[in-house]
Amino acid sequence: MDSRHLDADIASRTEAIVGRLKPLEGPLLPILHDIQAEFGYVPQASLPVIAQGLNLSRAEVHGVVSFYHDYRETPAGRHVIKLCRAEACQSMGANELADRLLGLLGLDWHETSSDGAVTIEPVYCLGLCACAPAAMVDGEVIGRLDADAVQDLAMAVRA
Amino acid sequence: MSVKIYIPGDSGALAVGADKVAMRMAQAIAARDLDVTIIRNGSRGLFWLEPMIEVETEAGRVAYGPVKPADVDGLLSAGLLDGGDHPLCLGPTADIPFLKRQTRLTFARCGITDPLSLEDYRNHGGLAGLINAVAMTPQAIVQEVTESGLRGRGGAGFPTGIKWKTVLEAEGPQKYIVCNADEGDSGTFSDRMIMEGDPFVLIEGMVIAGLAVGATKGYVYTRSEYPHAIRMMTRAIEIARKNNILGPSVLGSLHAFDMEVREGAGAYVCGEETALLESLEGRRGVVRAKPPLPAHKGFLGRPTVVNNLISLATVPVILDKGGAYYRDFGMGRSRGTIPVQITGNVRYGGLFEAAFGMTLGELVDDIGGGTATGRPVKAVQVGGPLGAYFPRELFDTPFDYEAFTAKGGLVGHAGIVVFDDTADMLKQARFAFEFCAIESCGKCTPCRIGSTRGVEVIDRIAAGIEPEKQKDLVADLCNTMKFGSLCALGGFTPYPVMSALTHFPEDFRPVPMSQAAE
Ligand SMILES: Cc1cc2nc3c(=O)[nH]c(=O)nc-3n(C[C@H](O)[C@H](O)[C@H](O)COP(=O)(O)O)c2cc1C
Ligand code: SF4
Ligand code: FES
Repeated sequence: MDSRHLDADIASRTEAIVGRLKPLEGPLLPILHDIQAEFGYVPQASLPVIAQGLNLSRAEVHGVVSFYHDYRETPAGRHVIKLCRAEACQSMGANELADRLLGLLGLDWHETSSDGAVTIEPVYCLGLCACAPAAMVDGEVIGRLDADAVQDLAMAVRA
Repeated sequence: MSVKIYIPGDSGALAVGADKVAMRMAQAIAARDLDVTIIRNGSRGLFWLEPMIEVETEAGRVAYGPVKPADVDGLLSAGLLDGGDHPLCLGPTADIPFLKRQTRLTFARCGITDPLSLEDYRNHGGLAGLINAVAMTPQAIVQEVTESGLRGRGGAGFPTGIKWKTVLEAEGPQKYIVCNADEGDSGTFSDRMIMEGDPFVLIEGMVIAGLAVGATKGYVYTRSEYPHAIRMMTRAIEIARKNNILGPSVLGSLHAFDMEVREGAGAYVCGEETALLESLEGRRGVVRAKPPLPAHKGFLGRPTVVNNLISLATVPVILDKGGAYYRDFGMGRSRGTIPVQITGNVRYGGLFEAAFGMTLGELVDDIGGGTATGRPVKAVQVGGPLGAYFPRELFDTPFDYEAFTAKGGLVGHAGIVVFDDTADMLKQARFAFEFCAIESCGKCTPCRIGSTRGVEVIDRIAAGIEPEKQKDLVADLCNTMKFGSLCALGGFTPYPVMSALTHFPEDFRPVPMSQAAE
């Protein structure tokens, strides 16, 4: 699909989501979540459609998208690793593990590998603080991470 | 009769392999042609023993843990189904000291029942509070909650009954109950455990809140970091709707109440109640100035109760057993029980619900068993990223809102994070500023800019650049943030920073050149 068709496709799928969720009280976050679930990110081409559907300005919608850490403006890698950087995990060596994992992947926080295999993001607590250090990989939770587990993880997401 | 085996489905158990254990168990049961039902319960909150499985025997439930998939066959051969002996056997679950020493009111069922079985819920005392409430006047419900002495478990400790009374008396075409399940504090997971392990208790609490103030609609605002909790909560709501606990006629009465789950999008500040309401309405999570209070002008400008999940989940037991029953636990002005979460570098990490009044030292050393690494405890942070770091010298502080305030700390959502002697308190102070900078909603300059300045100043101390001058700067900066911030994100970041600086000055001394060069 060329980019114009792609945009038209995004617009029509966005319209369907907006149409479905618009009756909710405070529909914007549920709409953005569904859009991100549908496309893997919140495409620019979605914004005018949302704005029109909810009677907002495009700038307002953009302001909301940019405020929240969760919404991506570009697609993520095939795997997404969220490594906890908060205090309980720090107390169990999360900083050292993070350095190690970033080194193994050759990435810095928020980066996606050039082959599109993996994105690494910081997260501040997963509610697994009694089994720290913790991470979430493609939505699955992992606790009691150690150097070996991090090594395995780096291999697995690259496979 | 089919034997029941419990394998937790709580995220904390899943994170250490509970699904794999359940899968192996199902295979082994099929291979041996045994008559066994596997129940995915919530967690009992003994996380160092997870995955902890239990079997129901004639003499009660017997626990085993931590179980790996490779242990399953050996367990079955050792007579697991009759509570047989095995190196992983922990004996009768109820006798495990960590559980036995607790007073479980809010968490009475968590880890015991099948979270999505209403029958289980009823058989373990569920709905008794709502049944009472349906027959009471709104004023009488509010009175019961006021009498219980329940204070908000989200952090500020505001009396729940008074908040409800304000909303009851407020006029509006529509009122709302909003459950704050944003649980962003490091070292906390009690909200998550309830959503995953006993979701009906939250539903019951919210319906009671609705009856009390005249609200017919509720929202549970929770974090996107909790996908499993969101799934469980959503399913529980559907079940409650099918069974007339929610809907146009609550338990066959003339009252209506319905609710839904809303997911945040990764912003710590959205745990602040007004930022939460902004987010729920579909805007940036920017803190609103108060007044107006959410109780007067909350969600969509209408009267709204915003309560922490634990506050709401504690209401059913109060309406069941009475305000006086609940009030008789605790100390001073901190009444009832508090689910303390013991976390971080700790040997026995988990959820410990007890009456207010236990000392920090008892919780960390005695219940928590000291550090996981076996090294001395250096500091504990209580109350999340905005809470103070306590040194050992303050371990006699009892868990009580006023006692913590008196020591320059806060109970918050009752999370304790333990650090051993390898912790560098300068790094912890730096992180507090960094976190504030990342999560600031941007409305106040001291919070938005001050936090970034704070990181730079701490870095200069670390580098040994005029450290005494920098320390004064940190104190000044903290003072500005404390008094120039609209909410506790900017206003309380000084707690972790200044407590680290005050109690652990040795970590803020410049490193001697010879050592620095190493
Ligand atoms: C930055 C910030 C984050 C907060 N996060 C939470 C939270 O995650 N959960 C919560 O219940 N309260 C949180 N609070 C407190 C809420 O603003 C509010 O006091 C609470 O939801 C009221 O409920 P309660 O009276 O039942 O405690 C936070 C406050 C601030 C300033
Ligand atoms: S203190 Fe920080 S987070 Fe709170 S309102 Fe001000 S800028 Fe926003
Ligand atoms: S601090 Fe990492 S899971 Fe809570």
